[in-house]
Amino acid sequence: MPRYLLSVHGTAERTESGTYPSHEAMLQGFADTGAFNERLQRDGHLVFAGGLEPATTATTVDGQGEKPAFTDGPYLETQECLGGFWVIEAADLDVALALAVEGSKACRGTVEVRPFRTAEPVRTRPEP
Amino acid sequence: MTGPTVEQAITRAHHEEWARVVADLARRFGDLDVAEEATAEAFVAAAERWPREGVPPNPGGWLATTATRKAIDWLRRESQRDAKHQAARIVYDDTPPEPTGPVEDDRLRLVFTCCHPALAMEARVALTLRLVGGLTVPEIARAFLVQETTMARRITRAKAKIKAAHIPYRVPSADDIRERLAGVLAVVYLIFNEGYLAGEGDDPLRVDLTDQAIHLGRLLRTLLPDDGEVAGLLALMLLTDARRPARVSRTGELVTLDEQDRGAWDHTLIAEGNALVRERIEAVAAGGGPPGRYQLQAAINAVHTEAPSARDTNWSAIVALYSHMVLLDPSPIVRLNRAVAVAEVDGPGAGLAEIDRLAEVLDGYHAFHAARADLLRRLGRGGESRAAYDRAIGLAGNPAERAHLIRRRDQLAG
Repeated sequence: MPRYLLSVHGTAERTESGTYPSHEAMLQGFADTGAFNERLQRDGHLVFAGGLEPATTATTVDGQGEKPAFTDGPYLETQECLGGFWVIEAADLDVALALAVEGSKACRGTVEVRPFRTAEPVRTRPEP
Repeated sequence: MTGPTVEQAITRAHHEEWARVVADLARRFGDLDVAEEATAEAFVAAAERWPREGVPPNPGGWLATTATRKAIDWLRRESQRDAKHQAARIVYDDTPPEPTGPVEDDRLRLVFTCCHPALAMEARVALTLRLVGGLTVPEIARAFLVQETTMARRITRAKAKIKAAHIPYRVPSADDIRERLAGVLAVVYLIFNEGYLAGEGDDPLRVDLTDQAIHLGRLLRTLLPDDGEVAGLLALMLLTDARRPARVSRTGELVTLDEQDRGAWDHTLIAEGNALVRERIEAVAAGGGPPGRYQLQAAINAVHTEAPSARDTNWSAIVALYSHMVLLDPSPIVRLNRAVAVAEVDGPGAGLAEIDRLAEVLDGYHAFHAARADLLRRLGRGGESRAAYDRAIGLAGNPAERAHLIRRRDQLAG
């Protein structure tokens, strides 16, 4: 079954209520997201899900050189950043998009849906 | 004498069978690339063999069989490059399509896949023209004034996304079909409008695009004969296209509706369009649900085409239809069109008052300034009219439209 990454994007700036407008909104968002996660689990879509600490807690690693390089902070310094994600299984994109709509409502964020690469051969013909 | 006949048979087969062959292969092989390549190769084979061997008694069947063989050959060639995928790629579903009526037609699956909302609008347009319409990549590139390589890449990317993201090859469920169908109709109407009043380039009309849009409209009508908006869009395109012969003057200037030679209109297309409008009016009267935007626009065009002149047009009916449309779509452009009709019923002053309310949102739209200019002229406010024409001319991308606006401006006294 195809797998999709549903990533939640929002403002990098966080207050005491995270990226939510108020404490009440945050609690409601957590409750709705929890309910959505349970539904994903129940219907056999859920592979893995999680919320992330702020981008300021990230460390960027480049191990390609002789000595590994560690940089404090995210790979991209942007106004918007990844706040959390789901990895789901869905029969096709229509199913994944419908779930993303629900997830977006629940967590009050914009969701990017991206397919995982599958074993299906990647086109061997070059782009014209 | 057989030469032109064979050529006609190939053109006709292309028109009638292309989408069917692509759609059938796409379902059986589960791959749009294979379907497209194999169908194109089958038509090349027809062009080589039919002049020598004669046109087969069942051209559609011949093309389908040939394309299937080409698809298998193509997959074999591909899999030789990468033998381990052979098993995966060569298996295909050979069951005939379920004969459960037109909604299950593979061509409808193909249309919905090409117009999937997860694809960018320009990708939907390009894919639909290529896979459903059978236009070649160079033809599509020329129609949209982009480089051939750019258009080829656009189509390749869209097909790659369909495959990688698992965009399903199916007709949407009953819950989604209304919205998804509206998306399909928007693609077809965009193609039509791009041909009917091209936004840029030197040709004021691109007949290849209007013809192709009407072809797609007829196909949808065949596949979904009971849908009101499908009928409405086809009627709208037919009634608009019927006026094409009178729309651009010999000197390449746009001729507006009020100045057109109505005798030059295509009365066959008008009859076909009017019959569809009548069918919809009867269906709505019989309780078939309220008409959507395409049906209303078709009805407005039917009012225009039955009028002997612009002055003798039933403008009250047009205002009423636009008022109805504003309820469905309160966009400033619909309101602008309504205001133009209001000016014909209640006078240019009333029309101008409505138009001026849209000034902020439509300031960058040439038709807004052109409509204002015309009403200001009729109100004898020459200076303001000239300024509005200048704005319209500066914003108009279509050369025929620009020529028309320049003449109108230069006709202003003083």
